[in-house]
Amino acid sequence: MCRVLKRLGVEYSYRSEQTCCGQPAFNSGYHREATELAERFLNIFDPAETLVAPSGSCVSMVKVFYPQLDLSERARKILSRLAPRVFEFSDFLVRELGVTDVGARFKARVTYHDSCHLLRELEVEEQPRRLIRSVRDIEFVELDDMQTCCGFGGTFAVKFPEISVAMATDKIAAIERTGAEIVVANDSSCLMQIGGMLSRRKSHVVPMHLAELLAQGI
Amino acid sequence: MQDEQTTRPMAIRFVMTEPIDFKESARRNLAKPELRENLRRATSHSLASRLEAVSAVPDWEDLRLAAHAIKKETIDHLAEYLEQFEIHATKAGCKVHWAETAPQAVECVVEICRQAGASMAVKAKSMTSEELELNRALEASGIESLETDLGEYIIQLAGEAPSHITAPALHKSRAQIGRLFAEKLRVPYTDDPTRLTQFARSALREKFRSATVGITGVNFAVAETGSLVLITNEGNGRMCTTLPKTHIALMGFEKVIPRFDDLQVFLKLLARSATGQKATSYVTILTGPRRPQDMDGPEQLHLVILDNGRSQLLAHPHTREALYCIRCGGCLNVCPVYQRVGGHSYGWVYPGPIGSVLTPELRGIQRARDLPFASSLCGSCSHICPVKIDIHHMLLWLRKVAVDSSATSGWERWIMKMFAATMKRPRLYRLMRRFGWILQRAFASKAKGLRVPAWSLGRDFPPLARKSFHQLWEEGEIR
Repeated sequence: MCRVLKRLGVEYSYRSEQTCCGQPAFNSGYHREATELAERFLNIFDPAETLVAPSGSCVSMVKVFYPQLDLSERARKILSRLAPRVFEFSDFLVRELGVTDVGARFKARVTYHDSCHLLRELEVEEQPRRLIRSVRDIEFVELDDMQTCCGFGGTFAVKFPEISVAMATDKIAAIERTGAEIVVANDSSCLMQIGGMLSRRKSHVVPMHLAELLAQGI
Repeated sequence: MQDEQTTRPMAIRFVMTEPIDFKESARRNLAKPELRENLRRATSHSLASRLEAVSAVPDWEDLRLAAHAIKKETIDHLAEYLEQFEIHATKAGCKVHWAETAPQAVECVVEICRQAGASMAVKAKSMTSEELELNRALEASGIESLETDLGEYIIQLAGEAPSHITAPALHKSRAQIGRLFAEKLRVPYTDDPTRLTQFARSALREKFRSATVGITGVNFAVAETGSLVLITNEGNGRMCTTLPKTHIALMGFEKVIPRFDDLQVFLKLLARSATGQKATSYVTILTGPRRPQDMDGPEQLHLVILDNGRSQLLAHPHTREALYCIRCGGCLNVCPVYQRVGGHSYGWVYPGPIGSVLTPELRGIQRARDLPFASSLCGSCSHICPVKIDIHHMLLWLRKVAVDSSATSGWERWIMKMFAATMKRPRLYRLMRRFGWILQRAFASKAKGLRVPAWSLGRDFPPLARKSFHQLWEEGEIR
């Protein structure tokens, strides 16, 4: 992500004290723990003008779910200023910077899986596709049921492993049907689920984050 | 036929003293290839029909918004609209009964049947009656109760509970139904739907003629006119409301809508969402019993309005929108979890995403601890809902309720505490990562990464990178 941003001339920094936005706790119903981490997160990123994350899920947590937490007055103030300036990576490139072509070249047959949070909480659907399509030499192919969940779902994946694996099995079958060499997703959680199963099946398909694909192509 | 015997016995649903073991039932149902295939075929067919029907309506989103607004208005002023409805329905000659609990509703229905001198009742499809386990109760009182909706008839023959809100026998294949009919009705085996329907029809026709009571559900109750609206496809509903002398209708109190004009919005949404039809075959609007000048209709019309935990739902601001549900079954069809485990895994009348909200709220979170968690939170349920109920966010809220009411394990609580404690200390966090990496190097095979309980069933754990983002940054590699 840094490599792509640098190429586009975006000035960026990194807060070394950052850890987690608190979503795992929030999604499991532990609002107290999530609130503590949200407060911390907002304090750390208070000085930022814009915040970009390579994950639709973390961005949804801040934009959609932080407002549901019982935050302090101060944290709430930071949130109301910061929330509109928090972007998922592909959304930042396309909507904020107006860039759909980062000048990458990558020779491969590629398919894209819509991550649920990115698609339905943030309504980011076209941005990643436009970025992939504009990579030179790339052959983009849509996945069957591309908007169906891969079965990760945070703690769902370990609370109901059989269901989660059954969902992933169908996702992998759809990916393999495309004949793609690379499957792109914009969330590490989907990549962990899809990648974990591809690896178990010794598949030749490589899971890749969009940022990785673009960075490797430039 | 083995498969069908392992669904839950009907007896546990009503009393429900035992908690629902979703995890175990889901695991059992996942392991049935025939069930998986039936579910896959039925849900994908429904979704395809729905998509085609919905794509032809350019103002679909406006309709959803309008429906949501009407439901919100109704539920926000529920007492007023119910009162208005009762006044108009009574004026039209309908006898309105209120039941706070399921046993009260059952008692009321049994008493009406007794007064009507009924030895048999014909029933149209009604999820509310499933909440009451009405068939069992009637039979315990010596009244034969016969389901006349084809799907309901099939599962009544099989001694099962519905597995879907609109398609109760969705979990069965044509071949399974053919075998069931051959066994129970003593007809030759066939898997041809037309012939199967004919068998059911000839078995039912005679019963319609002799029944003294007809029992139906209600899709909408119009406050300004006191009318009951029934949406059906097979004509059995209309037979139940016209042939017997007494008609008993059952509904949850959330079925009321303010105005007759509101109906058009819901009719457009419901048929398309449920079956992909532009309109169902029958839309029956009943205002009171038969009047002197009418050709047909029942002499008596009774309506039982049920609470059965709905007041609880009404009182909870975060989940009260679940009362907007028009029971189309769309969220079941689209849910990747429902598609794989089927309706019987959810343990009570209402399965799928909306069931995972309704069951904990109507029956208590302690009895349905797993349900709010039985979702990957993908959001397709909320996305498809014709009345825009924010189902998956309600599940998230119910998870908090589960945690706050100690319905999660002590082990999980501890893990979450440790997680938060680690994430608040960046140095500790980095230390843990380092520790994980060492562990991985010591114990994990290069190809497979670490073995993690539950995760490693079917999936490898991605290996931790040698250097973290933090290290790369500190070393100036990515600045």
